[in-house]
Amino acid sequence: MSKYTLTINGQSRSVDVASDTPLLWVLRDSLDLVGTKYGCGVGMCGACTIHLNGVPTRACMTPVSTVGKMKVTTIEGLAAESGKLHPVQQAWSDLDVAQCGYCQSGQIMTAAALLKDNPKPNDEDIDGAMAGNLCRCATYMRIRAGIKLAAGLTTAGQGGAR
Amino acid sequence: MSTPTLAQSVGRRDFLKLTGLAGGGFALAFYIRSGGEAAAADAAATGDFAPNAFVRISPTGAVTIVSKQPEMGQGVKTSLPMIIAEQLEVPWKDISIEQGDFDEKKYGGQSAGGSQSTPSNYDNFHVVGATVRTMLVQAAAQTWGVPVTECRAEKATVIHTSGKKLTYGQLVAKASALPVPAKDAVTLKQPKDFKLLGTRIAQFDTPKIVTGKSLFGIDVKLPGMLYAIYEKCPAFGGKVVSANLDQIKTLPGVKDAFILEGNGKVKELVPGVAIIADSTWSAFSARKQLKIVWDEGKVVNESWETFVTQAKEKSTQPGQRTLRKDGDPDAALASATKTVEAHYTYPFISHANLEPQNTTAHWHDGIMEIWSPTQIPSIGTGMVNRVLGIAPDKIKLHLNRAGGGFGRRIGADYLIEAAAIAQKVNAPVKLTWSREDDLRHDQYRPGGIHFLKGGVDAKGKVVAWKNHCFTFGEGGSPGSGGGLSGDEFPGRWIANYHAEQTMFDTGWPMGPWRAPGSCVFAWVMHSFIDELAHAGGRDPLELRLELLGDKDEMPAGNPGGAAKGKQPPAGYNVARMRNVLKFAAEKAGWGTKKFAKGSGAGLAFHFSHRGYFAQVAEVTVSKDGQLKVDRFVTGVDIGAQVVNLSGAENQVEGSVIDAMGVLMYQELNIERGRTVQSNFNDYPMIRITDAPAKIETHFLKTAFPTTGLGEPALPPVAPAICNAIFAATGKRVRQFPLSRTDLRWT
Ligand code: FES
Ligand code: FES
Repeated sequence: MSKYTLTINGQSRSVDVASDTPLLWVLRDSLDLVGTKYGCGVGMCGACTIHLNGVPTRACMTPVSTVGKMKVTTIEGLAAESGKLHPVQQAWSDLDVAQCGYCQSGQIMTAAALLKDNPKPNDEDIDGAMAGNLCRCATYMRIRAGIKLAAGLTTAGQGGAR
Repeated sequence: MSTPTLAQSVGRRDFLKLTGLAGGGFALAFYIRSGGEAAAADAAATGDFAPNAFVRISPTGAVTIVSKQPEMGQGVKTSLPMIIAEQLEVPWKDISIEQGDFDEKKYGGQSAGGSQSTPSNYDNFHVVGATVRTMLVQAAAQTWGVPVTECRAEKATVIHTSGKKLTYGQLVAKASALPVPAKDAVTLKQPKDFKLLGTRIAQFDTPKIVTGKSLFGIDVKLPGMLYAIYEKCPAFGGKVVSANLDQIKTLPGVKDAFILEGNGKVKELVPGVAIIADSTWSAFSARKQLKIVWDEGKVVNESWETFVTQAKEKSTQPGQRTLRKDGDPDAALASATKTVEAHYTYPFISHANLEPQNTTAHWHDGIMEIWSPTQIPSIGTGMVNRVLGIAPDKIKLHLNRAGGGFGRRIGADYLIEAAAIAQKVNAPVKLTWSREDDLRHDQYRPGGIHFLKGGVDAKGKVVAWKNHCFTFGEGGSPGSGGGLSGDEFPGRWIANYHAEQTMFDTGWPMGPWRAPGSCVFAWVMHSFIDELAHAGGRDPLELRLELLGDKDEMPAGNPGGAAKGKQPPAGYNVARMRNVLKFAAEKAGWGTKKFAKGSGAGLAFHFSHRGYFAQVAEVTVSKDGQLKVDRFVTGVDIGAQVVNLSGAENQVEGSVIDAMGVLMYQELNIERGRTVQSNFNDYPMIRITDAPAKIETHFLKTAFPTTGLGEPALPPVAPAICNAIFAATGKRVRQFPLSRTDLRWT
């Protein structure tokens, strides 16, 4: 066991875990941040997507010992202010994107990172950025629509809940 | 439509039994009054008005609806309460929804499967909402000393013709003292007055989903909780001979390790080794050090490839069982103008819910308390009772949102494992399956092969059809969804028809997979119908309409096939199918478009889960054989009323892309009694890059009872796409997944 002090959603959090523990399980088991999901553990599904210094990263493939001073952002800390929603979260709500919802924190984290890099993505940009995130319920049509809505490329009212 | 009213007069202490729609075999009964006792007792303490188990109104006016059905992404936690809210006349934004625990005495049936949650509860929930509204109106009328006929309910308020108003909150005390109204006093709000049903409403759990709040089974955390893994023999049904438990117990974070013998059933408590640790990762890490000697049993002699070889050998011999025989198919084939012969093969596949199987259990004070994402809770509690000998009243089950169902969580193997482990651990314990556990120990959709022969006459009319279908059995009958029914379309529609079955009994676990049976049979039948259409030089739509014929009803025939997990045989409303087929074709512009080589359109239809579906695919196949679905059109007839339009469209879109994923990628090979694949790197699932450019869903409103949408949109998808691929390239897809067919063209 080793002690680590991590910066998570702007807060300093200390944990005492084995050095090879993936950040995913540190978040879920040690810190009760269960929005980051386990889907495969091998980097293939994207359910565990978080931001490390703003870059979308697979928490299941990130041993806690490698995080260091990097800033960790999880779905719980994505919105700039607590009680508010990030534009992607808002679009996901407006369009009722989710079915079971299990993949959606990962989808939202990836989509938010895409829009930071590329505020007006085209269809190919969207598919390219989101290709690493599986949705078993296959909500892909609404994921595309949600990103376009969050980017201001469309207005709510095109499918989904209104 | 006449005004349905309560079936009988009831007193305060009576209960009113309302049965669900008859005829499906899945009819549920539930008791409006039952649970009212407990609800009333709770309510008395808080001053709430809770006349039944589903609705609670507080003096402050807060309205809570309890959702009894398990939620797994099909949206029932939102859609079914919408029905109550509509009748109750409370604005949706003012309603909060609670997930009910498992308690069928209180709520009636709580099984979510077979797309039955909507049809089983639809009528009843209208009555639930209307009854509560009626009592509130009566309370207001009494307060004012006016006839109820002068009062109406709107936006959680009762309004008198004079303009006087009382909010529901203000009426709580008075309403609580009223008897549940007699039948004449409850009038159902009629569809023309619906404000909520048929609109687009976001799922109630959306705020939690988009902010990552604890919601799913895998998110459960209890004080002092420990974490478990459970390693089973890779070969199905294998037993533990010995394991290095002493060494495992010395590893960091490990609290205990032990062997469970199992109950000898491959879909119940399977033998294995449990490791209990202080975190998921400690348990996962210790697992890598496990050394287990297995007795793999005789299933190691069974492989998919051996089955395929045997099926091919036996395909020309008579089948073990005739499912249906009409006329003289051999003579009709002999005299047919053209005949076609082909075989269609589909592999085993997994459900692969994105949330791996998990359950938390706590054995305390003689009670087994369980938190689980399960579809049919009674299967899990029944298993706990049978296998662990715990009395039903000592089992408490909380229902968690499930990260996908698709039929997988009808099985309760993971639930019984957690309970069996918890019985040996003096703390709450959460069992988490790894993705590898999930793919290696699913209850799979059975694979199969159909050997078909068909004949058409000089006009291209289908005159003969023969199908020898090979499937897999468990304990003497086909695995779930593996049993072809003699009634499966086009059985009953072709004068010279023979369907027969040969079954291989295996020890491989099989279970219901989204639209069991239908999810593969529709592909086989509608692909072969397409082959016959082309052989006879007929338009695929026009030939299908000819096949369906002029009769409006086709009665159920010989059920045959013992299709477990399928709907019981039901009459087939041919008129509904013809109409929805024409409707979809018209929406898609069938026959009006010109396609360049490499592009084309295909169609298919299917009836399952009481719903009538027809679909048209427009595809482009590149010269190097890559498929793109350009447009996918679905015509839906699920009766008179779409409940939540947003959820309904989402289910159809999800079904379309799910079916595409099965067609394009999914294949689970079994060799020597175990799976070859183990994670998403070797078991690929469809990604956003393959999603169609456009999906259109059109609802055809008909005067029939409202039915479910979780499954029936899926079956015709694959044949519509494969038929479009043929139109585009001249290549016929006769095997899943698509990678096994060379689609390149020049
Ligand atoms: S859990 Fe990390 S990519 Fe699947
Ligand atoms: S919504 Fe279920 S996995 Fe994406």
